[in-house]
Amino acid sequence: MAADGHARVAAEGAHGVRHPRLQHHFDDMEQQAEASTLGMWVFLVTEIMFFGGLFMAYLVYRTQMPDAFREASHHLDITLGATNTVILIVSSLTMALAVRSAQTGQPAKTQVGWLVATMVFGAAFLGIKAIEYTEKFRDHIVPGPFFEWHGTYPRGAEMFYSLYFAMTGLHALHMVVGLGIMTVMASLAWRGRFDDTYYTPIEVSGLYWHFVDIVWIFLFPLLYLIGRH
Amino acid sequence: MPNYLTNGHGLASWLLTKDHKRIALLYLASITAFFFLGGMFAFLIRLELLTPAGDVMTSESYNKMFTMHGVVMVFFFLIPSIPAVLGNFFIPIMIGAKDLAFPRINLLSWYVYVLGGLFTLVAALGGGVDTGWTFYTPYSTAASNTHVITAGLGVFITGFSSILTGLNFIVTIHRMRAPGMTWFRLPLFVWSHYATSLIMILGTPVIAITVLLVAVERGLHLGIFDPALGGDPILFQHLFWFYSHPAVYIMILPAMGVISEVVQAFSRKNVFGYSFVAFSSLAIAIIGFLVWGHHIFVAGQSVYAGLIFSILSFLVAIPSAVKVFNWTATIYKGSVSFDAPMLYAFGFLGLFTIGGLTGLFLATVGLDVHVHDTYFIIAHFHYIMVGGAIMGYLAGLHYWWPKISGKMYPEGWARFAALIVFVGFNLTFFPQFVLGYLGMPRRYHVYPPEFQVLNVLSTAGATVLAVGYLLPMVYFTWSIFAGEKAPMNPWGVKGLEWEIPSPPPTENFVVSPIVTHRTHQYAPSKEVGIGG
Amino acid sequence: MSGHVAPKSLYCTVFVTLMVFTGLTVWVAFYDLGLYSNIVALGIACIKATLVILFFMHVRWSTRLTWVVVMSGFFWLLILFGLGMSDYLSRGWVQGTLR
Ligand code: HEM
Ligand SMILES: [Cu+2]
Repeated sequence: MAADGHARVAAEGAHGVRHPRLQHHFDDMEQQAEASTLGMWVFLVTEIMFFGGLFMAYLVYRTQMPDAFREASHHLDITLGATNTVILIVSSLTMALAVRSAQTGQPAKTQVGWLVATMVFGAAFLGIKAIEYTEKFRDHIVPGPFFEWHGTYPRGAEMFYSLYFAMTGLHALHMVVGLGIMTVMASLAWRGRFDDTYYTPIEVSGLYWHFVDIVWIFLFPLLYLIGRH
Repeated sequence: MPNYLTNGHGLASWLLTKDHKRIALLYLASITAFFFLGGMFAFLIRLELLTPAGDVMTSESYNKMFTMHGVVMVFFFLIPSIPAVLGNFFIPIMIGAKDLAFPRINLLSWYVYVLGGLFTLVAALGGGVDTGWTFYTPYSTAASNTHVITAGLGVFITGFSSILTGLNFIVTIHRMRAPGMTWFRLPLFVWSHYATSLIMILGTPVIAITVLLVAVERGLHLGIFDPALGGDPILFQHLFWFYSHPAVYIMILPAMGVISEVVQAFSRKNVFGYSFVAFSSLAIAIIGFLVWGHHIFVAGQSVYAGLIFSILSFLVAIPSAVKVFNWTATIYKGSVSFDAPMLYAFGFLGLFTIGGLTGLFLATVGLDVHVHDTYFIIAHFHYIMVGGAIMGYLAGLHYWWPKISGKMYPEGWARFAALIVFVGFNLTFFPQFVLGYLGMPRRYHVYPPEFQVLNVLSTAGATVLAVGYLLPMVYFTWSIFAGEKAPMNPWGVKGLEWEIPSPPPTENFVVSPIVTHRTHQYAPSKEVGIGG
Repeated sequence: MSGHVAPKSLYCTVFVTLMVFTGLTVWVAFYDLGLYSNIVALGIACIKATLVILFFMHVRWSTRLTWVVVMSGFFWLLILFGLGMSDYLSRGWVQGTLR
């Protein structure tokens, strides 16, 4: 195997000056960027497993009580769910364009514009989620002592809604964190931190944002669509 | 030039440090504190079991004792022990890097650990938890009236410190190696930490979500494991052990890495079958994820799943045995010296072998029906976690102490302590194999009088063991103030960490090293193995 | 730095495809295809996720290591599901018991 460590010769960069954003323990910008993106991917793997525990619970209970889950899912609003899916996918597009605008060294205003657009869509998603949650509270289908169900399977329905709140709640929490990250990114971009030589933070935040989108891409059919006919 | 210990003074220079070596010492201090806390609980357990009657504490308090003992020792001592202290300190140095890839995340992981520790302390001081370290539902969600949520959140939070450490190691090993430090020149210590990190990042999130769900079920009435809603408590056990079996390898793999280094160093020989030892770490990490069902044989898991998990559990013994054989072959015909680290390594070899073999007994479904939830289990895992992991930790601490502190520890005392630990350990835990086989169940504070002799032996052993652990505490501390100054390479061994001053400078290397061969090449030998 | 810059048009194509699949999955949900309903719904979700990963997340142009990391995440998820379900799906196979 050839030596794939980074040549220390390049320590001072091609032009003999260290990039101001290069941390002391890295040799060059390339090594620093690769470390950050790899770090984010590894983190996303932990996120997959984190949600994975919940998906496992869903899988077990869906196979054990399909009828109850079908009945329970009929109380979810497909229109709102589908709207939210569209909104999140749009936000992923604006996110990808935000990264691209930094990569291509566009002016700070353009970068901030895409980031703010992403945040607006993210907030819209959370708004719609809040409307849905309010309806659940109004209809007493929030698990716990006040849960009421007038169908055939009250126990299974309560389990369905336990999973519903756990999964969408955890997802919403990730959205909130994502909005926080985007706020930081937008303010950094505003101060002109990112250009075509240095855009790793915005790229890495983008990975996180897309991941949260992917989780919803699965939650939508699992909770709203399956057994709907 | 100042070294990492003298470069910066005052509390802030430690609490805000981004130097992996200083962070390692922060971890060393905090896990030592938790080790003694956990030891206190163990002492009270053994004290209660001195007599058959429940005369020291009520059964409720006893339940809390073994729970707090398990939680503290597993999550706050063993899991961080070698990785966060020795791994943190030596991985960057061993691969020729200036630091871990993410120094700030490294510091963050320590703060997260401390925060999780605080939650656990609050739970302990507020009256304790009594669910067992396993937090089994529905007892933990519905019946227990102790501080399950606080303790559960403590475990949840420290989980993230473990994830951050694993993430940092993986990225560091991939991206920060010095020129010429190819994968097949990595010290075996680094390989074993790479495998450990894989488990940390793939397993820990699952226990995180699982204890979070327990907390949410208790606090917010979402009923994921609630049998009243058709929920399945065994699902909790699946999720719990999906992490917690691999987690036992988080504890033992780093110790195996230490032993690989120590055995080579004190036999003055290059390891026998480098690539086998390296790959067996990965094999253990991967196969370790396929066996968790052996903890649920009699809990209600289906018979056929039990069969599958039983067979898969036998498989994991293969890579473990490969390591033991290869270490033995390394020692064979080496010029062996019996310094304290090597004594601990010998202890490890014997005790780990016993622990591993009894694991195979337990993985045999028919036998497990007999000894499940008895003291046999307790003996099995203590042989590995205390006889294996802690012996490995002590071996590493002695081996690298001159490098870490810049001082020599008193060798005579250290050899004496190693002996005491070995004797005390066996006296404590061997009787427990017998007790378990005779049918004494775990987690009870009273027992039939015919078990008393063996229990007294065990408590006596625990006292000896405690002395064995206190001794290093004392002479390590003593050596900081009065020990001889350590030279750069006190053992006369080969490896990057021995080519820089003791203690190392903050930047580790003044000139970045260029690596041309493996470490521990003592005799002129060809570099065997893939890609070397 | 040498990250791959994808053309805007590509992002837009991916976006439109994702929209089409979203519409499709909602539309299909109202037909009873038996077991296939689940397979179609999850299949479409997998395709959408793959598109996001490959293009929006740049994996299409990333190192082999990134591919391995991504795949290992999903592979471990399958270990959890597969071995876990091996218990649930074989419950009660022993006559006269729940096990
Ligand atoms: C050769 C590999 C191993 C095999 C086949 C094995 C097998 C087993 C089995 C079947 C049990 C369940 C017994 C029961 O509860 O009835 C068990 C329990 C346990 N093992 Fe192992 N084991 C192995 C290695 C290890 C290692 C390396 C460690 C720790 C570093 C370990 C730690 C534990 C612990 C902590 C428990 C008990 C957990 C509890 O119930 O509280 N084992 N082992
Ligand atoms: Cu196990």
